[in-house]
Amino acid sequence: MNEFRPVANPESGHTEVMTLDPSLKARIEARQVTVWYGQKAGVKDVDMPIYANKVTALIGPSGCGKTTFLRALNRMHDLTPTARVTGEVLLDGVNVYAAGVDPVEVRRKIGMVFQKPNPFPTLSIYGNVVAGLKLVGIRKKSLLDEAVERSLSQAALWDEVKDRLHAPSMSLSGGQQQRLCIARALAVEPEVLLMDEPTSALDPISTQSIEDLLTDLKKHVTIAIVTHNMQQAGRVSDFTGYFLNGDLVEFGPTNLLFTTPKDKRTEAYITGRFG
Amino acid sequence: MRNLQARYTRDRLILLVVIVGTILAALPLTLVLGYALVNGFSSLNWDFFTKGPKPPGELGGGMAPAIVGTLVITGVGLLMATPFGIGAGILLAEYPDNKLNPTLRLLSDTLNGMPAILKGLLAYVLVVKAQGSFSGFSGALAMAFIMIPIIAKTTESVLKLVPWNIREAGLALGLPRWRVILSLVLPAARAGVVTGLLLATARAAGEAAPLIFTAFGNTLLTLNLSQPMDALPLRLYAYAISPYEDWHRQAWAAAVVLLGLIVLTSLLARWVTRGR
Repeated sequence: MNEFRPVANPESGHTEVMTLDPSLKARIEARQVTVWYGQKAGVKDVDMPIYANKVTALIGPSGCGKTTFLRALNRMHDLTPTARVTGEVLLDGVNVYAAGVDPVEVRRKIGMVFQKPNPFPTLSIYGNVVAGLKLVGIRKKSLLDEAVERSLSQAALWDEVKDRLHAPSMSLSGGQQQRLCIARALAVEPEVLLMDEPTSALDPISTQSIEDLLTDLKKHVTIAIVTHNMQQAGRVSDFTGYFLNGDLVEFGPTNLLFTTPKDKRTEAYITGRFG
Repeated sequence: MRNLQARYTRDRLILLVVIVGTILAALPLTLVLGYALVNGFSSLNWDFFTKGPKPPGELGGGMAPAIVGTLVITGVGLLMATPFGIGAGILLAEYPDNKLNPTLRLLSDTLNGMPAILKGLLAYVLVVKAQGSFSGFSGALAMAFIMIPIIAKTTESVLKLVPWNIREAGLALGLPRWRVILSLVLPAARAGVVTGLLLATARAAGEAAPLIFTAFGNTLLTLNLSQPMDALPLRLYAYAISPYEDWHRQAWAAAVVLLGLIVLTSLLARWVTRGR
């Protein structure tokens, strides 16, 4: 896993990269992860770390397997009867696919935000945020209130909705709904937050407010974000993995990958020659 | 330009065909409704709702036992059918790869297409034979057999309309699947499920055949489910084939009340799903 670590090279100019924090720790470690849809592999033999308290971007053209890989991390493929995952996904050293590991427990630690905002339509703003807590038996109002304010503040939505917490969640705008979904995921205090193109359905202003969030959020959680927008990956991420046709072509610190890609295919993609 | 004219003509022609077809389809329904209303309304009076039947030859009397009986039998039937119907609907919609599903679907479809009288026979064998007497309960069971496949079918189809992403959102929060279904998916489909319950009720309430050898009929008002119980369709049938003019009029009145109940239930279903 060290091959992408920068080699000390005083002439390269990537000083930031050279001072990589030695305490950098992989929260998630994917080992030879392959996702099968029937006989066809959606992603093949992916080895990749997701570093703790960093933002890792997964980029690549449509259909390259980046979302498929992301969903393998919290066992979302369990729900697709035709899908099968081989390899290991180590969360703090424990394989989430090992026998005896409850997928429900895995998903509690690895939260997810989806491409389209998907608040629970029958619940209020408050109800959405506490859904994960309430449905596992936390009923104490003071605890729930606290979680609502904390998560909504982390998702930069608190000021906009604090006076109408019991309004229907569908009364919010698309960008607000997406931040509500982020707050909902944060309320259960996951260790990792997976985001599957969280801004692709949003306008530029909402997109920016969510991008701004990530920088603050990574103090608390580890983030992996799928995006088809390279500029976004460049703006928000510390590490980037480039996927093509189901392979992880290149992985490295974002600034390095974007300026001096090692692989010609990566270079072709980031310079906009295709994709 | 002539081409355009031809298209307009063809458009009008098709529209005409559609309108005529609609009228032809609606005509029998309107006639039945109209005939029942004209004949039935004149026989409706306070006694009809409050009194029991009079012996043959005596004028007057009413259908209080039958009205109460229909409400009780369909109500109890609905209570029995709801958990099974909704449960089956959930299994069919939410666990499509479950091993039980092909069998369940076959059973549900067969039960749906099975004549109502056979469901009465089933309730007869299960309850009346075993118990040794006709009873309101056996009638309610027969009603439940009619309702279960209808409820299962509507529940399945409305659950399938709930966007998949709601389930994913719930599961991604670390909720177990049953929790997601009961607390998030089912509430989102609530209006549709309730409509299914009401439609099943309306459908079952009008059936006479399954009650003939289960609830059997009773001229006395009773709320005791272990006793034979009267029901509007039963009474309607008995009075309609009787030789008495007064009973014929009351049969029409019973038809109007039954229609009223069913229309009311359907309206309730509409109201529950309003604005969706």
